[in-house]
Amino acid sequence: MSAPRPPRSLAPASPSDAAAFFRERFAVDERSLARTFETALERRVDGADLFFEYAVQDSVALEEGIVKSGDRHVEQGVGVRVLAGARQGYAHSDDISVESLTLAASTARTICEASATPGPVAVHTPAAPARDLYPVAMAPTDVPVAQKVRLLEEIERYARSRDARIVQVMASLVAQHRHVLVATHEGRCVGDVRPLVRLNVQVIAQDATGRHREIGYQGMGGRYELERLLDPAAWRPLVDEAVRVAMLNLDAVPCPAGTMDVVLGPGWPGILLHEAIGHGLEGDFNRKKTSAFSDRLGQRVAAPGVTVVDDGTLPGRRGSLNVDDEGTPSQRTVLIEDGVLVGYLQDRLNARLMGMAPTGNGRRESYTHLPMPRMTNTFMLAGSEDPGEILRSVSQGLYAVSFGGGQVDITSGKFVFSASEAYKIEDGRIGAPVKGATLIGNGPDVLTRVSRIGHDLALDQGVGTCGKDGQSVPVGVGLPTIRVDGLTVGGTQA
Amino acid sequence: MSAFDSSAIDLVQRAVQRALAAGAHSADAALAESDSFEARVRGQEIDFVKQARERVLGIRAFVAGPGGLRTALTSTSDLTPDTLDRMADETVALARATAPDPAAGLPEDGFAGALPDLGLLAPEDRGVSVEARIEDARRAEAAARALDPRITNSEGSQVDSGFRRSTYANSAGFAGSYESARHSLFCEPLAQHDGAMQRDYWLTAARRLDGLEEPAHVGRHAAARALRRLGARPVPTCEVPVLFEPMVARSLLGQLAGCLSGAAIYRQASFLQDRMGEAIASELVTIVDDGRLPGALGSRPFDGEGQPTRRNVLVERGQLRSWLLDSYTGRKLGLPSTGNASRGAAGAPAPGPTNLWLEPGASSPEEILRSTERGFLVTELIGMGFHPVTGDYSRGAAGLWIENGRPVHAVEEVTIAGNLGDMLAAIDAVGSDLVWLGAIAAPTLRIARMTVAGR
Repeated sequence: MSAPRPPRSLAPASPSDAAAFFRERFAVDERSLARTFETALERRVDGADLFFEYAVQDSVALEEGIVKSGDRHVEQGVGVRVLAGARQGYAHSDDISVESLTLAASTARTICEASATPGPVAVHTPAAPARDLYPVAMAPTDVPVAQKVRLLEEIERYARSRDARIVQVMASLVAQHRHVLVATHEGRCVGDVRPLVRLNVQVIAQDATGRHREIGYQGMGGRYELERLLDPAAWRPLVDEAVRVAMLNLDAVPCPAGTMDVVLGPGWPGILLHEAIGHGLEGDFNRKKTSAFSDRLGQRVAAPGVTVVDDGTLPGRRGSLNVDDEGTPSQRTVLIEDGVLVGYLQDRLNARLMGMAPTGNGRRESYTHLPMPRMTNTFMLAGSEDPGEILRSVSQGLYAVSFGGGQVDITSGKFVFSASEAYKIEDGRIGAPVKGATLIGNGPDVLTRVSRIGHDLALDQGVGTCGKDGQSVPVGVGLPTIRVDGLTVGGTQA
Repeated sequence: MSAFDSSAIDLVQRAVQRALAAGAHSADAALAESDSFEARVRGQEIDFVKQARERVLGIRAFVAGPGGLRTALTSTSDLTPDTLDRMADETVALARATAPDPAAGLPEDGFAGALPDLGLLAPEDRGVSVEARIEDARRAEAAARALDPRITNSEGSQVDSGFRRSTYANSAGFAGSYESARHSLFCEPLAQHDGAMQRDYWLTAARRLDGLEEPAHVGRHAAARALRRLGARPVPTCEVPVLFEPMVARSLLGQLAGCLSGAAIYRQASFLQDRMGEAIASELVTIVDDGRLPGALGSRPFDGEGQPTRRNVLVERGQLRSWLLDSYTGRKLGLPSTGNASRGAAGAPAPGPTNLWLEPGASSPEEILRSTERGFLVTELIGMGFHPVTGDYSRGAAGLWIENGRPVHAVEEVTIAGNLGDMLAAIDAVGSDLVWLGAIAAPTLRIARMTVAGR
C-alpha cells in the first residue's frame, strides 16, 4: 500500500515558520498587510486585525473490523476584522489574495459611518511567540496513512480479545495541523503552528440475552506527536478502559433521583468547573452583564480552599496555545483564589471595554468566525485530603468518575452534566454502578458546597471540545477528588 | 447579493473525471457555494456584522479491491484547477490505503430525473440589504424591551440571510444543481426581578424573507418567554405527567431520528434495532419525513447521492414503518435507499432527516394543559443525557409547574428522566399546534409519567 503525499511539503513545524509559510504560499507580506489596513482604517475605527489560516485535517475510521474510509480536508482563508467601540465588522474569504483582502477590509469597515484620515500604518515584522508549547518533529498529518490504518486494526483485534461480549468496535484517529497568522493595525504580527491529535475508541457490549447493549468510550489526545498514540503502552490502557466501562454499564442499576452528597473523581469530572464556573467568567457575558457572575469580582463564590485557574501554557495539552487567535500570548489566569472571584477570561475587545488586560483567551474555531473569550485548560488546584478518606466521609451519595457532556445557562447560572460512569456510595463504600446520572446545579452556588478537596489533581486525557455560539474549540479540564454537599442528581428512581 | 457563476457542474464533473483517470473505479463530487451575512444588534447598537463567501468541494473516490471497493474522501476550499487535479489524485491514493468494503459504492440506479422547483428561494430576496435586516433586528429588540420594564438587558437580536448553491455529480451519470436560501431572526432578551435574571429566546426562519414572522412579534414573544421564567425554583423529586412545548418536543424527534438511522441500526447502536414493524410508540404518534415539502427548510430535490427525495412514513399510529437510509446503509440492511443521504460537501453521505415532523393531533395546547391536574410543562432542556443504544434519557429542564390545569410557578434546576422507548409509548396527548422553527417540528406532547428530580 502506498501512502498519499501531502499536497505540498508542510515542513514548517515551529511557530516561527508560520509567517514564512503564509508569505511563500500566498504572497502575504508587509506591503499587502499595510494596504489592507489602509483600506480598513479609512473610517473612524478603534482598530483592525487580520487572521490567516491554513489547516489540514485527516482522519481514518474503523468499524466492523475494517478501516472503511480515509478523509483529508484542507481549509484555508483569511478574516478581516474592524473594531469601533463595541461594534465589530467582519468579512472573510477562502481566497487569500491582495484583492480579496482589500474587498474584505472595505466590507468589514461598513460598521463605521464617519470617515477618517488614516494615520500612518505600522510596518509589520512577523514575530514568533516567545515559546513553543507543542514542538513536533513531524506534522501529524504527514504520518503515513498505512501506519494509522495498522494502529486501528490492532486496536480492533485487541478490544475483541478482551471480552467475548464485545459486538462492535469503532475506532478513529484524527490528526490536524493548523498554521495561523495574526496581524494587527498596531503592528503586531505573530504566527503559530498548532498540531492536534486524537484517538477515540468506542465498543458496544451485548449481554447473554442479546437484548441489552451498552457503550463504553475512551479517548485521548493533545498537541503532540502522533507517534505517541501509536505506542501500545498508550493505547492498550485506553481500550481496556472502554471495554471495562461497557461491561460495567451492562450491570448498572437505575440511578437514584434527588438531592445528595456527591464525590467527583479526579480528571475529566473537571467539566464541572467548565460548565458551572468557566463560561460564566468569560468577559463578553460579564461586559454585557448577562452572566450570573456579573459584578461579583472580589466576592466569595466558592468554599475556602477552592482555587480555580485557566492555564493555556501547559506543554502539549489539548487546550493549550502559544498565542491566542488575536496574537496575545496565552497565560495562567487565576479565576477563583481561596474561594474568592478574582478574574475573568478576556479577549482584546472585551478587555478594552471593561478596562482590563487581555488574558490570551481570544479564540475562534476558524477564519470564518469572530474571536470570543474562551477557556483553555481549566482546573482546580489540589487540596490535601486523601481521596479514600473523602469517599469514606459520605454515608449515602453518588461517586461520579467520568462524564459525557454538559451545558450551562449563563444567565440563570444553572448547569447540567451527565455521568458516563458513576456509583452509589453506601456507608462510605463504593456500591453498585448506576446509569444515566445527570447532575444539575447553580454555578454561583455549587462551589460553596465543596467540603473536601483531595491531593490527587489530574488533568483529563485530551478529549474536550467546547461549543459556544456555534463555534467549537479544543479545551482541557482538571480536578482533584472533591466532595460536593447537596447536589441534585437526576435519575429515574424517585 | 449576486447570483453564482455557471461553472459549478463543470467543476464537479472535472473532479470526477480526474479521479477516474487516476484509477478510481467510480467517484462522486459535491460542491457547496454560499454567500451570506449575519448581524447582531444589542440595545439598538450594532454588535457585529459578518459577511462571507465560502466554497467547499469534496471528492469521494472508490477503488476496486478484492471483494469490495476501497473508499476515501478529500475536501478543499481552494478550487484552482491544479489543486483539484492534485486532490483527485490524492483521493485515489488515499483510497488504496483503506480496506475493501463489500457494501461501499455509489447507488446503482434510481437517480433523480427532472428536478421539481421546491420554492427554496425567492429571487427578489437577493436584493436584500444588510441595513434592512439590521433594522428588523432593531425592531425585534425594541419590541422585546417595550413589553415590560423587567426586560432590562439582552444577549442581542440576530439576523442572517444566506444563499447557497449545492451541486453534485457522479460517475454513474448523474449531475444536478439547485439553489436555496435561508433567512432567520433570533431574539434573546433578559428579564430581571428581585435580583434574579432569566433569559429566553424566540426565532423565525424561512426560505423566503416574506415567510418570516414580524420582527416585533418575535421580540414580544421572546420577552414573554423570559418573563414567565422569573421566580423559578426547583420542585421536590416526584413522578408526574410531563408536557413538552413544540420548541422542546422537536428535540425528542431529533434524538429519535438518530435511532432510526440505518447507520445506528447496522452498527447495533440503536435501542430500536430489532423493532421494525412493532409498536414503538403510542397510537397517537405518526412521524413523517418528507424532503419535497414546498418552501420548507429541510427540502431538497435530490439527496447527497443524487437520489430523489420523497415522503417516508417512519412511524404510523405508533408502529415502526421505515428507517432513514442512504444507499450504503440500505445495502447493509438489504433495503433500498429512502433518499435520505445527507451530505455537506466536505463529508461523506450519511442517513439523516429532511423535513421531519410528528403529525398534529386534535386537542389544542390549552386543552391539554387544562386536562393536566398536576404536572410539569418543559420549555427548555439543557445537557446531553441521551443514550441511543439504550434509549436512556436524563436532561436538565426548566419550565412551568402545573396545578389544576394551570401554570402556577416557574421551575428550574430540575432534571427529567426516563427511557425514550417508554416515553414514546406513554404519550397520551398530542397537540394541534405543529410549529416549524427549522427542519424538524413537533406539536405539544404530554408523556403520562416521568421522574422529575429536584430538591
